[in-house]
Amino acid sequence: MRPGLLRTPSPLPGFGLSFGIMMTMLSLVVLLPLAALLGRGLAIGPAELWDMVNSRRIWAALTLSFRAALVASLVNLVFGLLLAWVLVRYRFWGRRLIDAAVDLPFALPTAVAGIALTALYAPNGVFGQALAPLGLQVAYTELGIWLALVFIGLPFVVRTVQPVIEELEPDLEEVSATLGARRTTTLCRVILPALTPALLTGFALALARSVGEYGSVIFIAGNIPGLTEIAPLLIVIRLEEYNYDAAAAIGIAMLVISFALLLAINAIQIWSRRRIGLV
Amino acid sequence: MYHTIQIGAHTLAQGTFIRSLGDGRIEIDAGHARLSGRPVADPKPPAAGGVLGALRTALTAAPLRGGILAAVAALGLVMAGPTPAAAQDSVEILNVSYDPTREFYRDYNALFTAWWTAQGNAPVTIRQSHGGAGAQARAVIDGLAATVVTLALSADIDQIAERTGRIPADWQSRLPHNAAPYASTIVFLVREGNPRGIADWDDLVAEGVQVITPNPKTSGGARWNFLAAWAYADRNGLDPREFVGALYRNVPVLDTGARGATTTFTQRGIGHVLLAWENEAFLALAELGEDAFDIVVPSVSILAEPPVSLVDGNITSDAQRAAAEAYLAHLYSPEAQALALRHHYRARDTSLAAPDDVARFPELELVTIAEFGGWSVVQPAFFGDGGIFDQIYEE
Amino acid sequence: MSDIAPTRPVPVTTEPPLVRALLIGLAVAFVALFLFAPLVTVFAEALAEGGRGVIAALSLPDARAAIAMTLTIAAIAVPLNAVFGIAAAWAIAKFDFRGKAVLITLIDLPFSVSPVVAGLTLVLLFGANSALGAWLMANDIRIVFALPGIVLATLFVTFPFVARELIPVMIEQGRAEEEAALTLGAPGWRIFLTVTLPNTRWALLYGVLLSNARAMGEFGAVAVVSGKIRGETATMPTMVEMFYNEYLSVAAFSLAAVLALLALLTLLLKSLLEWRHADLLAATRRH
Repeated sequence: MRPGLLRTPSPLPGFGLSFGIMMTMLSLVVLLPLAALLGRGLAIGPAELWDMVNSRRIWAALTLSFRAALVASLVNLVFGLLLAWVLVRYRFWGRRLIDAAVDLPFALPTAVAGIALTALYAPNGVFGQALAPLGLQVAYTELGIWLALVFIGLPFVVRTVQPVIEELEPDLEEVSATLGARRTTTLCRVILPALTPALLTGFALALARSVGEYGSVIFIAGNIPGLTEIAPLLIVIRLEEYNYDAAAAIGIAMLVISFALLLAINAIQIWSRRRIGLV
Repeated sequence: MYHTIQIGAHTLAQGTFIRSLGDGRIEIDAGHARLSGRPVADPKPPAAGGVLGALRTALTAAPLRGGILAAVAALGLVMAGPTPAAAQDSVEILNVSYDPTREFYRDYNALFTAWWTAQGNAPVTIRQSHGGAGAQARAVIDGLAATVVTLALSADIDQIAERTGRIPADWQSRLPHNAAPYASTIVFLVREGNPRGIADWDDLVAEGVQVITPNPKTSGGARWNFLAAWAYADRNGLDPREFVGALYRNVPVLDTGARGATTTFTQRGIGHVLLAWENEAFLALAELGEDAFDIVVPSVSILAEPPVSLVDGNITSDAQRAAAEAYLAHLYSPEAQALALRHHYRARDTSLAAPDDVARFPELELVTIAEFGGWSVVQPAFFGDGGIFDQIYEE
Repeated sequence: MSDIAPTRPVPVTTEPPLVRALLIGLAVAFVALFLFAPLVTVFAEALAEGGRGVIAALSLPDARAAIAMTLTIAAIAVPLNAVFGIAAAWAIAKFDFRGKAVLITLIDLPFSVSPVVAGLTLVLLFGANSALGAWLMANDIRIVFALPGIVLATLFVTFPFVARELIPVMIEQGRAEEEAALTLGAPGWRIFLTVTLPNTRWALLYGVLLSNARAMGEFGAVAVVSGKIRGETATMPTMVEMFYNEYLSVAAFSLAAVLALLALLTLLLKSLLEWRHADLLAATRRH
C-alpha cells in the first residue's frame, strides 16, 4: 500500500494491488527498455549525440518521416472524421462490413500491407497503370510513403472519434436548429468543437504511429538517401554498420521529437476542452 | 575434438578432422600421419576389438603426442560408453545464413543429414535462419546461438570474431579456399531481348538507364555490385569514384536486400537492368520464366566468395561440434559441390556435377577482393559511416 | 404581409439526402481504395494456384510452426495485457493520486515508439553486448532470439490497447456503484466481478480483440528480436516475409490471408456481439 500517493483517500480496496501490477508491468515492458536506450544516449554524451544526428542526410530523413506522417495524419483526420460520421449517423448496406474493416490495418502485418500496396501501385500494378497516364507515380516516391502511412494510421482517428459521435446529444443539434442555425452552421459551430478533442487525440496517435512505421514503408518507398529514405530505415542502416551508438542517437532523436509533438497536441487538446466547457 | 575413424577391420584411429572425402570417408590428422577412413559415431562406444585397435594404433604411433592423446580419448570413449541414452540425443545445428542461399541450404541440409546418419551417426536437426547478411551477423553478435554461419562476406564473419570472440581470428584458414566452399559473381539481368542494348558496365551510366541494385549498407550482395563496378572503371581508365557515382544516380530504388531488389525489378517492372548475384539471376530465370529476362555478362566482374565458419563459442557439446564441423567440411564433398553447381554457384569440384550445370557459367575476368586490399580495408573505406558510398549521396 | 411560404421541410439534425449519399459514397470509395484493395490483393495472390495451393502452403511444417508460434505469443501476451489494462484502469479511474497525467502519457508511449526502436531497446538491454545480456547468456537464459524476447516485443507494441479502452469507460462510470456495493459489505474481488466487470466488459472485450489482432500481426519489432529461426522463432509475419523472399508467393500470401482472416473473424465477432447486445451496449457505451 502506498497511502502517501493518494491525494484523497478512497474507501475502495485494491489500490495497492492494481497500482503495483500496473507499475511493475509498465516498468518491465516499457520503461526498462526505453531507459536502456536513453542510458546508452547518456553514456555517449550529449555533444557526441548531437554530432551523430547532425548530418544533412539524417535531417532529410527525419524531415521526410515527420512530413509524410503529418500529411498522412491530416488525410486521416479528414477521412477518418468522414468515416466515423458516416458509420455512426447513416444506415446503409455494408455499413457493418466497413466498420469491421477499419481495424484491418491493426491486424494485417505491416510487411504484407507494404507488399500488397506496392503490387497495386507499382507502374505495372492495377492502380499504377491507371495513374500512369496522369503522370502520377505512387510507388517508389514520397506519395507511396504517404499512402502506406494513411493505411497505418486510419483506425486511430476513426476509433477515437466514433464513440464521441455516438455520445453526441441530438438535443444540442435541435436547439441549434430551433435557434435558426443552418445545418452547416450547426456542424461547424456545435458538432465540430465537440469532436475537436477526440479528433486531436486520434490525429496525435496516428501521427505518432506513422512517424515510426518501418515494415510497410520500406517496400513502397524508393529508399533513396535524401529523397525517399525514412528515419527508421537509417536506424536499421546504422545497426547494419554495427554502430549501435548512432542507431540509438537517431532513435532518441525520433523519440524526443514525437514526444514533443504528443505533448503539444495534448496541450492543444486540454485548451480546447476547457474552451468548449468539457472537463 | 577428435574424430574416430575405422582404418582396418579392427583398427580405429583418432585425430583432428581435415576434410571430407565425399564418399563417406574423412581424412584426419592423427599426429603422425594423415589417415582416412569411415568415421565412427563419436558418442557410440566402439566395439572391444575397436578399442584395442585404437590403443594399438595409438601406442604404435608413440611417442607422438597425438597418438597418446588418441589413446586417452579412446579410453575416454570407453568410460563414457555406457550412456546409450545420451548417444541417441539428437544434435542440433543452427545455420545462420543470408538471403540468396535458402534454396541451396534447403537441399544441402537434406543431403547432409542423409549422409551423416548413413555414417552411423545420431541424427542431427538442422535449423535455418535467413535474412540480410548484415542483420544476420548482428543477430549472432547480439546472442543468436548460431552453430555455423554461412554469410555473404568475410567482413561479416570478421565482425562476429572481433566483437564476440566466439570465432577465432584465423577462421578463414580452417577450411580450404578461404573457407568459401563455393563462389559466385555479379552479372546483369535485363528484360527479354535486351531492349536497351546493355552489354557492359559503361552502358549503365548512360542517360535514362535505370539500374536496380540494393543498398550496400544493408545488403552484402550490393557491396559486391559496387566493387564490381569500381573494378570495371579502374580497368578501363575511368575515374572509379565518378563512374560509380554516375551509376548510383541512375538507381531509382535502393532496396534493403538482394531479394527485394530482384522483386522490384522482376515483379514491379521497375528499371532496365538489375545487378544481381549470378545465382540469383539464374534462379530468377528459373522461377519467373526464361522468356521474360536475359542474363548479360559484363567484361569484368568480381569473384564473390561467401564464406562459412563454425561459431566455436556457441558449441555446447562435443557431439554438436563433430556434427557442425562435418556439416561445413561436407560442403566441399563432390556431392555437395555438384549441388552447389546445380544451384548456380561456382563450385570448385565438378567431378559429380551434371555437365549442363557446369557449362552454363560464362567465362569472364574476375577481380578478387584481395586486389582491393581485403574486406578489412574495403568495409570502412567504402561502406563505413562517411565512406565512399555515403559521399556519393552527400553531394 | 407574411413572407412565409410553404417550403419543403429542411432537415435540421441530419444532412440532405444528396449530401448524405455523397458522403457515404466518399467513405465507401476511401475504404475500398485504401483498405479493401490491399486485402483483395492478398487473397487474390493466395488463391493464384487455387484452393489446393493454399492448403499445400499451410501444411508446410514451417508454416504450421509459425502459426503455432504466433498463437502461443498471443496466448501469453494478450492475457498479460488484459491484466495490466484492468489493473491500470482500476488504479487510474477509481483513485486520485499524484502523477496520474504523466502515467497516462507513459502508457501511451509505446504508440509513439517506432517498432524498430522497440526491438532495438530490447537488444540493447538483453543482447550479448550488455552486462545483463552477458550474465543471462552465462546462465543460459535466453531472452532475445527466443520466445521471451518476442513476447516482450509483442507486449511493448500492444501495451496501451486494453488500458486505453478501459480507462475512459471506468472514469465515466465513476465509483458510486462500487462504493454502494462496499457499504453492502461485498469484498473487493466480488465488487470487481459483479459490478465493475459487467459495466466495462465491452470496452475490455474490444481492447482484447484489438490487442490480439495487433499481437498476431506485429512485424517490425519482432523481426529485430526473433532471429528468424525457421520452425522455431519465426512468427507468422516473419514467415510471410521469408516465404515471399523465397519466391513462394502463394505460401506467403496464404499465411497473410490466414492472419487477415483471423483478424476479420475477431472483428466480426465483435460486431456480432455489439449487434446482439445493442441495448446493453447503449447503456454502458464507452466514451
